Amino acid sequence: METKSIMIVGVGGQGSLLASRIIGNVLLSQGFDVKVSEVHGMSQRGGSVVTYVKYGDEVCSPVVEKGEADIIISFEQLEAARYVSYLKKGGHIVTSTQQIDPMPVITGAAEYPENIIGKLETMGVDVIAVDALSLAEQAGTSKASNVVLMGVVSTKMSFDEEVWQKALEQCVPAKFLELNKKAFALGREVK
Amino acid sequence: MKTLMLGNEAFARGLYEAGCKVVSSYPGTPSTEITEAAAKYDEIYAEWAPNEKVAMEVALGASIGGARSFCGMKHVGLNVAADPLYTAGYTGVTGGMVIAVADDPGMHSSQNEQDSRHHAIASKTMMIEPSDSAECKEFAKAAFDLSEKFDVPVIVRLSTRVSHSQSSVELCERVARENIPYEKKPQKYVMMPGNAIRRHPIVEDRMKAIAEYAETSNLNKVEMNDTKIGVITAGISYQYAKEALGKNASYLKLGIVNPMPVQIIKDFAAKCDKVYVIEELDDIIETHCKKNGIDVIGKELFSLMGEISQTIVAEKILGKKAEYLTFEDNVPIRPPVMCAGCPHRGLFYCLHKLGVMVSGDIGCYTLGATAPLCAMDSTICMGASISGLHGFNKARGAEAEKHSVAVIGDSTFMHSGMTGLVNVAYNATNSTVIILDNSITGMTGHQQNPTTGKNLKGDPAYAVDLEALCHAMGINSVRVVDPYHMTETEAVIKEELEKEEPSVIISRRPCALLKYVKHNPPLKVNSDKCVGCKQCLKIGCPAISIHNGKCVIDHTQCVGCGICKEMCRLGAIAE
Repeated sequence: METKSIMIVGVGGQGSLLASRIIGNVLLSQGFDVKVSEVHGMSQRGGSVVTYVKYGDEVCSPVVEKGEADIIISFEQLEAARYVSYLKKGGHIVTSTQQIDPMPVITGAAEYPENIIGKLETMGVDVIAVDALSLAEQAGTSKASNVVLMGVVSTKMSFDEEVWQKALEQCVPAKFLELNKKAFALGREVK
Repeated sequence: MKTLMLGNEAFARGLYEAGCKVVSSYPGTPSTEITEAAAKYDEIYAEWAPNEKVAMEVALGASIGGARSFCGMKHVGLNVAADPLYTAGYTGVTGGMVIAVADDPGMHSSQNEQDSRHHAIASKTMMIEPSDSAECKEFAKAAFDLSEKFDVPVIVRLSTRVSHSQSSVELCERVARENIPYEKKPQKYVMMPGNAIRRHPIVEDRMKAIAEYAETSNLNKVEMNDTKIGVITAGISYQYAKEALGKNASYLKLGIVNPMPVQIIKDFAAKCDKVYVIEELDDIIETHCKKNGIDVIGKELFSLMGEISQTIVAEKILGKKAEYLTFEDNVPIRPPVMCAGCPHRGLFYCLHKLGVMVSGDIGCYTLGATAPLCAMDSTICMGASISGLHGFNKARGAEAEKHSVAVIGDSTFMHSGMTGLVNVAYNATNSTVIILDNSITGMTGHQQNPTTGKNLKGDPAYAVDLEALCHAMGINSVRVVDPYHMTETEAVIKEELEKEEPSVIISRRPCALLKYVKHNPPLKVNSDKCVGCKQCLKIGCPAISIHNGKCVIDHTQCVGCGICKEMCRLGAIAE
């Protein structure tokens, strides 16, 4: 099988590491060769963060380059716009509708673009926009929007729900498991 | 069983399986998780040392004591540890000694882009380079065997993409090892001139022997496919080359990058029509090839800067251009920022307001240099804030002393700030040094240090008393402030700047991300009172933004630190 690429993008602190580990474990359990590339350190402090997940028969490079991603999962709208150039022709974007102003917008040095999702659609990109933050709060904590998006993405991939549940159990600490399962279920219900 | 592991975690697994007994490191992105993962194995003694030099000396001491030992660091950490490294190159080892150094091409989290292979060459030690997690584990184990076989510390060179990528790893059992019995060997370990001069020829012979071994070692791999393109490469660059070129090229992947073999490179090159060297940062493999009369193409195509990728390889060698979409609007950059509730924010706002020269250092607080605070004038390396300020004040005199400060974190102060402070007292400048004590090593992801009262395993440990320490070093004026109280903090800074003596201000409040720190309820803006004056935006808090002319606080980020409340003259911000 040709190597497939997933990108998880967001703002440092939104939980992209957990999301990439969940997907990584799902793919490993399906017998794929998997590579997950994370960014730690400086950029985790509220900066733009990117995580790559690649799988196939044999994965070489752990990074995803422009025009290579089959799916982009974005935790924040502006980040979806920032990384759309990484999307492969015919690829999908699953994005949270959450907006977090970056510092240049806060200081007035730049403007947050309007109608990002509409503009992505005009470009011919298949976009699924989800209010992941509200769904996460419904599940019990705003911190679980990453797992809500995992729920949405799980419906776009061909693996059984059971496999995802098992990966959740492997990656989430026991005391937060129920909450995260609820968040995941809410994500799966998104049409 | 196959498990997904970070390169760093897999490396730690290799330490465990190889029977490594003593680990001492200083945290540094992207190397930190090796030591954190090693600490989870009960059979390994693991510690955070105050700096990399101490860590390497601990590892060498453990090796002399007969155990297999390890120390890990980032590239710039190896500069700090270079002193013991270069002489350990002469003494060699008793128990196997392995050093991991993680380079950061592309500077994801570093102040420079140095290539650590230069240190292996200059210290005449052996260096090997894995390219994924499975190899991280295997190379860590091989490194101990090679260290003992050739009586040499072995450096394993990692890079951000190897350290911080997860790939599958097959786990094996640990092979426990008894300490090698201790024997006094002054000719080998007492490096005074008379002994060291006799060690040097041994070192040169050893490097020849390793180069000989590298000709047949299975750490170097040849993969013959189509021979029109030949690629000589190492580490992560191998993965990029393989993804871009696949079976359309043949590969010589060097696992041993110092000293390098000659004959297998010559044989490989002879079989290929055109030979490329693909290596990140400096032209070390390329220079080795050219020195040995092997015709290769390297840095004339590839940059000396940043990371390589499959796209770059495909473009440079195959002339392929990547195709992609472009978003029509300008997308504002999102640089890293101090977190909401960060204790550094209040302190840096005071410095911004006072307009003083700020001699900075390495840590989360380096973000104080960015807009809107813009309160840092220099950042060089660990510890340079204090010594740099002393030099600045010696150059510019009494007036400068009243308008300049050094800022340094608790962990960085322990690492290499203390000696600078001794110098301030001893050689007398009226410098004002601010220790930002957030009770943790923050930027690298919350590691304990000698001031926190806990060790790497999380057990209670002796905590350095910073006030007493500064007094003992000759600083009489030592004050403690809470940076959440900006008025008081500003007043104390002004007083200390005016004093005709050196002083230390300890800005003390734990990092807002620490689990034990209790957060206050998020604050709200009363939109009837808010006039949109943007005064609260001046502190650069990521939780505050302006929408429709009024300030808004993001309740998912706000931890109720109250600094913005102090900024608002209209009392529009409240619980």
